[in-house]
Amino acid sequence: MTSQKAKKQVSNLPHMTQASQEEKRRQLAYKELLQKKRPRPRYLRNVLVAFVVGGAIAVLGQLVLRFFMSRGLDLDAASAPTLAVMILVGVIATGLGIYDELGEFAGAGAAVPITGFANTIVAAAMDFKREGWVLGMGAKMFIIAGPVIVYASLAGIVVAFIKFITSP
Amino acid sequence: MTYLYAFLVGGAICAIGQLILDFTNLTPGHMLVILTVAGAIAGGLDLYQPLLKFAGAGALTPVSGFGASIARGALAEAKRMGILGLFTGVFEYTGMGIAVAVFFGTLVALIANPKA
Repeated sequence: MTSQKAKKQVSNLPHMTQASQEEKRRQLAYKELLQKKRPRPRYLRNVLVAFVVGGAIAVLGQLVLRFFMSRGLDLDAASAPTLAVMILVGVIATGLGIYDELGEFAGAGAAVPITGFANTIVAAAMDFKREGWVLGMGAKMFIIAGPVIVYASLAGIVVAFIKFITSP
Repeated sequence: MTYLYAFLVGGAICAIGQLILDFTNLTPGHMLVILTVAGAIAGGLDLYQPLLKFAGAGALTPVSGFGASIARGALAEAKRMGILGLFTGVFEYTGMGIAVAVFFGTLVALIANPKA
């Protein structure tokens, strides 16, 4: 408040007004320069690549799902082994070092599919094993996947409970 | 035809994740939690199942499908065996994947090292 008042008083004086205008112009010019120099995220490129890579992983998942459903499992029963196989794919791809490169290239296109979930677990396991097998790898393997499981379980139990007691 | 729908829906969910990353200050960890919880809420309310039927793995393989599977398992078991099923069912569809990740993840960590 006081500083605003002070500014008002200051801008009443003609010579200060010029000075403050000059200051303002300089600030604006500096802001423009910053905008120009700062690398802007390539929004369109990022979204398109995420879409295509994520879609491609989903198609791979569909092949696996189709395989299990052709073995006579229904959609529910086939979803468990499909998730497991896709997680195994993510584990192996991470071990071979492929998935980290894919992650750098595709961002959320690699992170959002369940293969990326597997990637966070294996990458953490490899990273933290140097801190020890128990308190390193054992404790920190789920450093990113853990919150996902925790909050999905909490939300899942609460919402399923509500649905369970409200449905006849 | 399901392959096309799988591609489109799976791609769209990943695109949403990318938009969250690019237009907010959230970390990938936060983004994954948001998508998974959204999936869990939809799955618990029986709202995710139509998308699963329509797009198959396009809805199942993104983490939102993982969250939905957690809630679907809890709901399915609760319907089958009562309230305790909420807890026995949570990892009904996802437990296998988590076990695979732990077992083979450890195996990979034993033989492979992170790139510098």
